[in-house]
Amino acid sequence: MAWFTTRKRVNPMTSNVTLITQDAHLGHNNPLHPRNEVMEFDVGWVRDVRVNLSATERRVATLPGRRTVKKDAQAAWLLKALTCIDLTTLNGDDTEGRVRRLCAKAARPVRPDLLEALGMAERNLTTGAVCVYHRFVATAVDALQGTGIPVAAVSTGFPAGLSPHHLKVQEIKESVADGAQEIDIVITREHVLTGNWQALYDEMLEYREACGDAHVKAILATGDIKTLRNVARASLVCMMAGADFIKTSTGKEGVNATLAVSLTMLRCIRAYEERTGFKVGYKPAGGISTAKDVLNYQFLMKEELGREWLEPDLFRVGASSLLADIERQLEHHITGAYSAFLRHPIG
Amino acid sequence: MSVADYFDTMDYGPAPEADGDARAWIAKHDANFGHFIDGMFVKGSTTFDSNAPASGEHLAKLAQGSTDDVDAAVKAARKAQKKWAALPGHARARHLYALARSIQRNARLIAVIEALDNGKPIRETRDIDVPLAARHFYHHAGWAQLQNKEFPDYDPVGVVGQIIPWNFPVLMLAWKIAPALALGNTVVLKPAEFTSLTALLIAELAQAAGLPAGVLNIVTGEGDTGAALVGHPDVDKVAFTGSTEVGRIIRKQTAGSGKSLTLELGGKSPFIVFDDADLDGAVEGVVDAIWFNQGQVCCAGSRLLLHEGIADAFIAKLTRRMETLRVGAPLDKAIDMGAIVAPVQLERIKALVDQGVKEGATLHQPSGAIPATGSYFPPTLLSNVGTSSTVATEEIFGPVAVSMTFRTPDEAVQLANHSRYGLAASIWSETIGLALNVASKLDSGVVWVNATNMFDASVGFGGKKESGFGREGGREGAFEYLKPKFWKGAKRRPSTSLPEPKPQAGGFDLPTIDRTAKLYIGGKQARPDGNYSRTVASPKGNIIGDVGVGNRKDVRNAVAAARKATGWSAATEHNRAQIIYYLAENLSVRADEFAARMASVAGTTPAKAAKEVDAAINRLFSYAAYADKNDGRVHVPPLRGVALAMNEPIGVVGIVCPNEAPLLGAISLVAPLIAMGNRVVLVPSVANPLAATDLYSVLETSDVPAGVINIVTGDSQELGEVLASHADVDAVWAFGSHELSTKVESLSAGNLKRTFVDYGRELDWFAPAAEGPEWLRKACEIKNIWIPYGE
Repeated sequence: MAWFTTRKRVNPMTSNVTLITQDAHLGHNNPLHPRNEVMEFDVGWVRDVRVNLSATERRVATLPGRRTVKKDAQAAWLLKALTCIDLTTLNGDDTEGRVRRLCAKAARPVRPDLLEALGMAERNLTTGAVCVYHRFVATAVDALQGTGIPVAAVSTGFPAGLSPHHLKVQEIKESVADGAQEIDIVITREHVLTGNWQALYDEMLEYREACGDAHVKAILATGDIKTLRNVARASLVCMMAGADFIKTSTGKEGVNATLAVSLTMLRCIRAYEERTGFKVGYKPAGGISTAKDVLNYQFLMKEELGREWLEPDLFRVGASSLLADIERQLEHHITGAYSAFLRHPIG
Repeated sequence: MSVADYFDTMDYGPAPEADGDARAWIAKHDANFGHFIDGMFVKGSTTFDSNAPASGEHLAKLAQGSTDDVDAAVKAARKAQKKWAALPGHARARHLYALARSIQRNARLIAVIEALDNGKPIRETRDIDVPLAARHFYHHAGWAQLQNKEFPDYDPVGVVGQIIPWNFPVLMLAWKIAPALALGNTVVLKPAEFTSLTALLIAELAQAAGLPAGVLNIVTGEGDTGAALVGHPDVDKVAFTGSTEVGRIIRKQTAGSGKSLTLELGGKSPFIVFDDADLDGAVEGVVDAIWFNQGQVCCAGSRLLLHEGIADAFIAKLTRRMETLRVGAPLDKAIDMGAIVAPVQLERIKALVDQGVKEGATLHQPSGAIPATGSYFPPTLLSNVGTSSTVATEEIFGPVAVSMTFRTPDEAVQLANHSRYGLAASIWSETIGLALNVASKLDSGVVWVNATNMFDASVGFGGKKESGFGREGGREGAFEYLKPKFWKGAKRRPSTSLPEPKPQAGGFDLPTIDRTAKLYIGGKQARPDGNYSRTVASPKGNIIGDVGVGNRKDVRNAVAAARKATGWSAATEHNRAQIIYYLAENLSVRADEFAARMASVAGTTPAKAAKEVDAAINRLFSYAAYADKNDGRVHVPPLRGVALAMNEPIGVVGIVCPNEAPLLGAISLVAPLIAMGNRVVLVPSVANPLAATDLYSVLETSDVPAGVINIVTGDSQELGEVLASHADVDAVWAFGSHELSTKVESLSAGNLKRTFVDYGRELDWFAPAAEGPEWLRKACEIKNIWIPYGE
């Protein structure tokens, strides 16, 4: 941690919070809001966390009945959703050709005639990022040249995160060297399950350091750590240690993103902002495959965190098949007739 | 707005629910509805208007129920009742099952009409009211099926008059008619004048589902129609949900009539947030507590009690949350709050909020706009409310929460209970010991732990104190529509006059030592305040002894002593059982003496009196046995969790004993009450008060704690009236003349105490049914504690 200079700093949003700020040259690369900085580990805050499962479930169960969008508003919300998709391929049979095809889809996610009909042709809509394993980072960077779409790499021994520690750190550095602008790390679940919050903090801090200017998303693997209290505690620890995004899952756990887990994490993001002034992003991943699903996540974002968190700098959705359903819904909105997958280019 | 505009603003946009079918249904009836009497729709002679609160738009004309209409409906119900009750439970179960199915088949139509007519959001009618109503019919179809097995000692009450409020028109209708019909009663129901449409729709569905004529009758109208129904001599029971003010009127109006009564009235329910709560979860709880149905909910969590250390943080979270609440057209599918039911209610809410601010509260309302036209009020929080502020004690019945702070769990309980109401409470804490301990101490009929406004057909709902009495739902609710067969044969009690004492000169034998019985208050014998006494004589006029003549001040002192004896209610059931056994033991030691004296007062043989003493000892044993066995139930509503139906003592209970069976009668009334943890003030039999005053030394030797049993001799009627009007007495059991019953019921309206009277009908105190479950049921108040769980 030699490159940190530790100093007390009073954040404009709070008074008595100690932050460990980075040197100026490691500043954020996002113009919209200041990048999360590293906060001194506060185990008291972690232990204070309380989450009531039934109350959480009640809130998320009633939300889809409280919010809905129809017609033009729905089309707009779905277009916004696609700009937040981390279009993902994370399979053992990925190849360079497969990754290039995905990148092409990311750059032209919706048929131009549909965008024209929606009056959105000029907006140059793309997905939020393309997300691949380290092996294909260079390929994706090459394929996406000129599109402005960042490449995200899953890292640190994804999905289990149990590779030797030095290799995990090295993996981050190599992905960054290959041009990845975003690194999706997986935490060591053992630290959560055994309540070793300091170890989790230290690990996350080191990953953040290895990322340099690349943004880091911390995957909590909520399906593994199970309880909402664990989810909340891990969320806080990762944010204290500098995570730019917190993310639910790898997509490989038995249970992936849920609205209840999301609500818990969003409340932590809100609490973190209240205390430090920094806005941390949120990425649910796994199992969000329909337009209806993603709208509910968008409602949750807007209700719990506000309008700002509907944009790709603070909201991403890790998904592979969601885009195809959004395309179908958009065509249905325009024509009034139900669409078919084969009418939209494959991703 | 274009797609691009929405893309930039990410606004929600309108999301209207179609109301075509609902309007077509109204049009089919020419927007002019009659009553539903004896299986047919009949036009009324005069009409009144029903409007949509969201717009003020006229929806339909409704028939104004006259006394003739009410009479016709009651006659139809009477005619149908015997046959309906005589149907096998299975047949009634099929009818209720069909109604449940019919409600589900027509769920969206009911939901839309309800939202249109009441102004509440379609989300709530669609997702809450209508599914709960259907569930109520399913659940009660089950009670019909099981009635013979589960309630063999009970008959249906008969013809039931029901009056429901406008806040949950279709759900309250279900709560009322499902149990009544299931258990063999027939119904005349008056919906609220603001919101009658869904009741008429349900009547139509019932007709289509083949419900026999006269079983369900709906008479629409305003207050006069309701009063005619309540006052109708051929109505056996009145069930009312509405304001405490009207509840009091109904209590007085029905006093002495013998009509069974359940009242589900107002509330000012506490919502307690401890510093170890999931605060974000609790904030959502507040949303569900006070901004559900625009706060027009009798059990709305309207009094926020916040642990001082987290109060500011909580208010900050809550006001942030208020900003995201959307108020709008009831048929918009993306709103949180709709319209207030009527302009008159809106004015009342406004006036109370203004008064709250004037009295020092801090006003919080979201910055977002509410619709410019229509009957709307924004979600509102009044913080820093003093306990003496009007808004801290008055039910606002609108989307207005008030908040204050507490320091300790004890103080939270004290603030929570310091209210004339006692309907519901919500507790937020992640510490199980704290939450359950507080739940057990709250004076309310329903407690939700880390939850709020949960309802289910299997769990009784109802209040304590001035929130009314009786329960709706579950086994406890079923009893409200049943009467014990035991009472059926009770004969009118003959009026008796007390024998005139005939003083005679004494002889030269050694005289007995004078035994003037004093009163027994707070564990001590006390001279009556008025310092008068009365001579008790045998039928032949032989003087047996003297008793004090207690007056209102003695009752006051006795009630104060009983109020203080809180330890008894908190004592373990085992402990209470031991003391009641000990009472029996000590009474048996002196059985001969009691029998001799009772025989001489009554002018009967000692053997006959001994039978009564034995029966009293036996009865004490029974209630000692019951003390630790009348445990509650664990209800299983559809959630991951339980609802604990706890049998709790009512509190301080006044007892007026009948003339007959001076010892057994008194014991039969006292024993179930004290076994369940109540403290009592007993007015003994006037014919033989000595049977009770002789107990003083038995009580003293049996370790009955001071204040648990207080005895004030004197005039039954006079003392009964003092007890019935005393605001610190929670219930009165009065056995004696019909006049006594009438007065007690009427005066009980003051604080809506529970009453148990005999309308001048004499019971056989020796009968097996003169003890047992029915008495224990009356000696308890059921509190349902909802405990959702999960980690």
